[in-house]
Amino acid sequence: MSARETEETIRVERAAGDVVEGVALVSTEGFSPRYDLDRWTGEISRPGHAIEGENIKDKILFFPTAKGGIAAGWAFYDIKAKGIAPKALVFGVTNPVMVQGAVFAGITITEGWSRAPSEVVRTGDIVRVDPQGKKIEVLRRG
Amino acid sequence: MRLTPEEERILRGERGEAAEKALQVQLEVGEFFGAQEFVRVSNVHMMGDIEVMGDGGLEFLRRMAGLGARCVVDTTTNARCFDFDYVERLNQDKEVAEKEKELISLLQEIGVMTTDTCINYQSLYQPHLGERVAWGDTGTVIYANSVLGARSNFESGPVALAAALTGRTPAYGFHLDEHRKGKILVELEAEPKNLADWGAVGKLVGAGHQNYFSVPVFAGVKGSPTADDLKHLGASLASYGSMGMFHMVGVTPEAQTVEDALGGEEPKETVTITDKDLDELYASYDTKGGSANLVVFSGPQLSLYELKTLSELLEGEKVKEGMSLIITTNRGYKSASEKLGYLRKIEEAGGIVLEGVCFYILDSIARLRVENGWDNLVTNSAKLANIIAAHKFNPILRSTEECIEVALTGRIEQL
Repeated sequence: MSARETEETIRVERAAGDVVEGVALVSTEGFSPRYDLDRWTGEISRPGHAIEGENIKDKILFFPTAKGGIAAGWAFYDIKAKGIAPKALVFGVTNPVMVQGAVFAGITITEGWSRAPSEVVRTGDIVRVDPQGKKIEVLRRG
Repeated sequence: MRLTPEEERILRGERGEAAEKALQVQLEVGEFFGAQEFVRVSNVHMMGDIEVMGDGGLEFLRRMAGLGARCVVDTTTNARCFDFDYVERLNQDKEVAEKEKELISLLQEIGVMTTDTCINYQSLYQPHLGERVAWGDTGTVIYANSVLGARSNFESGPVALAAALTGRTPAYGFHLDEHRKGKILVELEAEPKNLADWGAVGKLVGAGHQNYFSVPVFAGVKGSPTADDLKHLGASLASYGSMGMFHMVGVTPEAQTVEDALGGEEPKETVTITDKDLDELYASYDTKGGSANLVVFSGPQLSLYELKTLSELLEGEKVKEGMSLIITTNRGYKSASEKLGYLRKIEEAGGIVLEGVCFYILDSIARLRVENGWDNLVTNSAKLANIIAAHKFNPILRSTEECIEVALTGRIEQL
């Protein structure tokens, strides 16, 4: 493992989906597509959410937790059909609904991280998520 | 995952393309969680409405019906976003209502019983201890796992439908003994007195421990909570904490004692909930000057007992002019409440009782808020108070009696 990989890599415990690259959007607060998201625009809409006003389209999303909600199962598929889906969902701790919804929609998803993303990744950085290799790398600083 | 010969045949498409696709998605989910095998399920409850499924989901359903998809176990549906008798009165979107009708007819075509209720555990099916089911709507799952001792994960729409087509689900999460052990010990010093109090307890425990597997164990519970109390507690824990299971010592079947509930292990954390915590929670809701024109009883749908209580509180009364008092239940309970005279008392007082829906998934809800000038939403449901904020309402949690008082006066007191 190179020094760069050590410094700018996060190992994940569980993962599914394709290898993807995109712009990171890092939230310190958990996420639910029912409670927090405007599922017509892709904007985080709940007043007071840590990333209120940000748009999730094509982003690599980092959330510490998943919140509530069975709706995610269909919601991810629908936002993908509407062209406003994120490229990947990176969770510290998630719940089955997020995994089911992401697998069904064909969106890459991971759970568990070797170090807090805030130590490694900043919003705007370009990152690669590699589910088979169970790792996330920072490719370029934003 | 280890597959049985039958599962291998399904994956080879010998039971049709729909079942093959369904099992493939279930397999990927099972592998993510390290499941070793599939288990058979006896009952499926799925969320399938146009608000969550959208055009993408509707198109998916058309394809599945076209492939000849067919349920192999009894499958019921959760609350949806239209009571078709009220589309005009509420000024909902007629075009979306037509899509909902098509969606219902597609579900029926593949053998789904469109019961449209989020309280199936009170009204349709009560699985026994250890029985495996695949249920959607978090409130139904936490009730099944906790109060009935059945076994289910949160099964969202697509995978619940998959379970309906394959008759099985991957054995991970709450299908396994290890995840059913209590993790957090909650010393309940507070004495919850009503449904809102139980929901408030759920918020206090859930909001601070957002983890599907955190499984709180409630100890020190005084008295004997009713099914509706446990319904509001569970719905709130699942909503605020994403939790799929709780134990209540001396009340729920896998918690005869604290040790029993914790599976012989030490709790990771102990928290105490007092009456003062409840008082502070109620006081934390900002009433924004104290005027209100919306009171909602929903999320979960009301039981017949809850409808009876409302009819007694509203008998001979009139809700304040300009006030919307909206109540949701399922078809069966609305019909029963009509025969028992409860519906007449509620409607004569000016309340609206919707069937087959839940308030927060009503079509066009964000637009209806603006059109009706709704801001403060007063409710006895902690779950609703959580979810509805996404649509920019200002939710305020109060007891059933206090909610009715607000409906009659149009005023709410800041605590």
